[in-house]
Amino acid sequence: MAASSTFADSHRNADVRLSVEQVSYAYSANPAQAPLFTLEASSFQARPGEIVAILGPNASGKSTLLKLIAGTQEPLSGRVLLNGVVTHSLTPRVRAQRIAVVQQESPLLFPSRAWEFVLQGRHAHSRSLRFETPKDVAIAKNALAQVNAHHLSDRWMDQISGGEKQRVILARALSQQPLLLLLDEPTLHLDIGSQVGLLDTLRKLAAVNRYTVVVVTHELNLAAQYADQIVLLHHGKTLRVGPPSTVYQRELLEQVFQTPLSIESSPSGRPRVTILPAS
Amino acid sequence: MRPLTLTGLLLRCGVLAVVLFIVVVIALKLGAVPVSLYGLGLDLLHVLLRKTSEISSNYDMIVLDIRLPRILLSIVVGASLSVAGTAFQALLRNPLADPYVLGASSGASLGAIATLIVEPYLALPMVLAALVTPVGAFLGAAATIAAVYFLGRREGQIDSSTLLLAGIVSASFLSAIIMFLISTLASRGDLRGMLFWLMGDLSVSIQPSLRWVLGIGFLAATGIIYTTATDLNLMLNGEKEAMHLGVDVRRVRIVVYLAASILTGLAVSVSGSIGYVGLLVPHVMRIIFGSDHRILIPTSAFGGAIAVVIADTLARTVVAPSELPVGAMTALAGAPLFIYLLRRKVA
Repeated sequence: MAASSTFADSHRNADVRLSVEQVSYAYSANPAQAPLFTLEASSFQARPGEIVAILGPNASGKSTLLKLIAGTQEPLSGRVLLNGVVTHSLTPRVRAQRIAVVQQESPLLFPSRAWEFVLQGRHAHSRSLRFETPKDVAIAKNALAQVNAHHLSDRWMDQISGGEKQRVILARALSQQPLLLLLDEPTLHLDIGSQVGLLDTLRKLAAVNRYTVVVVTHELNLAAQYADQIVLLHHGKTLRVGPPSTVYQRELLEQVFQTPLSIESSPSGRPRVTILPAS
Repeated sequence: MRPLTLTGLLLRCGVLAVVLFIVVVIALKLGAVPVSLYGLGLDLLHVLLRKTSEISSNYDMIVLDIRLPRILLSIVVGASLSVAGTAFQALLRNPLADPYVLGASSGASLGAIATLIVEPYLALPMVLAALVTPVGAFLGAAATIAAVYFLGRREGQIDSSTLLLAGIVSASFLSAIIMFLISTLASRGDLRGMLFWLMGDLSVSIQPSLRWVLGIGFLAATGIIYTTATDLNLMLNGEKEAMHLGVDVRRVRIVVYLAASILTGLAVSVSGSIGYVGLLVPHVMRIIFGSDHRILIPTSAFGGAIAVVIADTLARTVVAPSELPVGAMTALAGAPLFIYLLRRKVA
């Protein structure tokens, strides 16, 4: 029961919830060959209510780092602790009770209604062969309300817009009642209004429900505006970790994103990036 | 928000049970020898009350010794194939998967035929001898599904069309081996029976010990699959998402794959390969009852039973006193229905 006591302790003092300690990973097509891709040792920590953005261009290792945090992939070295417990050592069921992952959407094989979809988040909390209890239903309803999607409850998932679908998927993650919320490019196929709406919702949820949120993204401005911490990745190397104002430096970002840009400070104190047309 | 309740589940199953009962009664009545419903009801009542001596009619032999066992066999075979189809469709995330399409039925046929060839040399006691063919069929089904599964993968992911092609190719390859074995080993007299069996045939009566194997095997395998019902619901989202939602994907995959192979093996070992049942019944049930496996698995079992009892009754009555193989009947009805469902956009 050592694990559960650490769990309770760190929950009480509400200090560091997620601790990523020198995790690395190497991917190779076959063990005899040199790895095709390596993620070099990466470290950062996050507290409840905090939003961390893993930022970087394509193929920088963002999604790999997210998988290591989620515990679905075993790191080559280092470890990821969630309230003091190594995420990779958790069983799928317990992991799903503590960590919710919002992926880029996968197409549904058979249509289902939004409420059925959200109730799926309760799976890890119920036994097999059990029917949903009123409590499960209440949690699912609440989750839909928290993302302003209660009106979608009876709609079919394949008949709602991309932004609405993303909110229902987020609601499903909320109904898992996780400690840690991981999102992989959640704004990828959304129009700008839905992007801002989604991130505003995330901001609010992190504050109200004390989730620790980790978002993978390549959207410089959205990350700057919503994240408390930025983990900047480039070719599998963690270049910087810190608040947007210290990570957003012109030369650094120009080198990582391979484009000329300018950075100004917005009234809120958060940096704002403008991509300059190549001359 | 109206989540499934136990009452809702029992209600739906109850309705299907009533339909199945009606179909069974009609199937008992129909046949080369006409039987009155009243006499039939009286007989059934006497059988249930264990007063077999009071059976009034002289056609009880036909009804109870020939038609009833065959109908019970149809029920188990139909239910097995449908539950296996439902399981394969969820497991492989493919609405077109079923034991027949995936080649599992052919693999099971080959396994069954192999045991028929080998069995005389083994000199097994009676009890075990009854088990040999179902076990052979199960091994054939399991091996074929494993092969098709690995052939159907591309870069670590199951690719729907590759998977189906692998199934179709395996089925035709295995059928060729079966034809080779049959034509070299079977005597001329057996050939017609063998060919009927290959198309799906319920007319061969089976040994009493095999009935037990069949009944218990069906209940056990279906029960095991049913314990993973909510896992299968999540597997429809893809394996990665299911894992994130708390499903032990590897365990579910192995358990369901083995149980569905057992169901296929059992069905094929007594009836040959009956097509379309495992493919279409789950679809029809999904349209009527939705895609929640807690309800889809039992309703598919009932639906499959109803479908095969009807098909077999037609198979033995439309050209009476001669007979069609039941597989020809399911194909006659199933192929057009399949095309219809395909055109109305896969449900």
